[in-house]
Amino acid sequence: MQILALILAVATGLIVLIGYFIPAVAPIQGIVLNWAIILAGAAALVGVFNLILVHGTKVAQREKGSVYSAILLVCLFGTFVLGLVLGPSHPGMRLLVNGVIVPVEATLLALLAVTLVYASIRLLRRRTNLMSIIFLVTALLMLAASATLPFGEIGFLNNFVRPWLQHVLALGGARGILLGVALGTLLTGLRVLSGIERPYGGK
Amino acid sequence: MNLTGLAFVVLAAALLFFLVFLQRRKALPKLRAIPALARLYRAVGLSVEDGTRLLIGLGNTSLLTGHAGAPLAGLGMLRQLSERASLSDQPPVAVAGEAPLALLAQDTLEAGYQAAGAGEYYQPTTGRVAGLTPFSAAAGTIPILSDESVSAAVFMGHYGVEAGLLAEAAERDHALAVGSSDDLAGQAVWFAAAPEALIGEELFAASAYIGGTPAQTASLTVQDILRWLIIAALVVGSGLKLLGLF
Repeated sequence: MQILALILAVATGLIVLIGYFIPAVAPIQGIVLNWAIILAGAAALVGVFNLILVHGTKVAQREKGSVYSAILLVCLFGTFVLGLVLGPSHPGMRLLVNGVIVPVEATLLALLAVTLVYASIRLLRRRTNLMSIIFLVTALLMLAASATLPFGEIGFLNNFVRPWLQHVLALGGARGILLGVALGTLLTGLRVLSGIERPYGGK
Repeated sequence: MNLTGLAFVVLAAALLFFLVFLQRRKALPKLRAIPALARLYRAVGLSVEDGTRLLIGLGNTSLLTGHAGAPLAGLGMLRQLSERASLSDQPPVAVAGEAPLALLAQDTLEAGYQAAGAGEYYQPTTGRVAGLTPFSAAAGTIPILSDESVSAAVFMGHYGVEAGLLAEAAERDHALAVGSSDDLAGQAVWFAAAPEALIGEELFAASAYIGGTPAQTASLTVQDILRWLIIAALVVGSGLKLLGLF
């Protein structure tokens, strides 16, 4: 059974990979990717069951923070039932999304701004080295160059330092990092594709 | 037909298999030190000794996108850590912001337990879906850090700016956070907010450092060879362009 799973996974992966380079294989690649999307949809349902199981266990065993787990479960079932009855495009369902989920995520984003300022202040205390100093100085220069100041923009920073930092140093560094990430992704993919590493089938 | 791309992939695969063969014969050089991973290695040992929990975050990207490499690297790390920490009083917990990724995390955790000869201790609820959007996944992970005696948290996957909330939560709960991401914004946030951050391809090197397989170690050498090839191509290309020959 495990060998069959391995053969299927490797063959499917090879078809998808070759489809990117040889146009004749692209239609088969499209079919396989569509199957994968359907499977991912089914997996989302399993994920919801996992969420219910984890938080249901917390509530049943009265673990720390089980009140929040109970609220999560009530909201999950409530939204699910409403979604089934009204349909996802109903104005009531949209209100639920726009009135609850969007503001909550916006709040977390606002909280993040404070968190990052605080983290930047602590950076030098936590990690005093040249890279941290360069990181902070660059961030401060970019802020000073981009901010709307009461006395107007600082011409030298805005017209010379910011473009140079952004288009020479930052862009070069970003491309270097992204090349490293791309190579890492390629090699990780090849290990999984060749069956050397198998994050499936319990091996 | 994109034959250059195909040739590059074939070259990478050929180098990988050749170096895996060499690695099995112990012919490859040792790896350079990465302080963040050395600290994580110690933290894993300590968590087993003092009966605290490890948290492994796998990010929130779909496996069907171009960002799938980072969570796959995270799964490689999860496999190593679950094997090492499976006999701890508090089993390691893996969280993902995508359901298919959580399923793979459960499979990987089970494999780690079985490899450690502790298959009967595996609990399916230790591989969890934390939330289905980046911020909801972060919000779902924070209570685990505060309520479940976590002493070290490794975040390896696709993280954006929400990484700041996770690093802050880990620091508040006195857990060591090692953060990494394939996203540039996420990497910058991890660098600023986490005690230890893995930058760029270090994310893909991590599992090789924590007692990785010959294939993982060989991958690092292949990455280095390909990086030098790209650098040479860039330099030669720039030179030819400068001379007006290209």
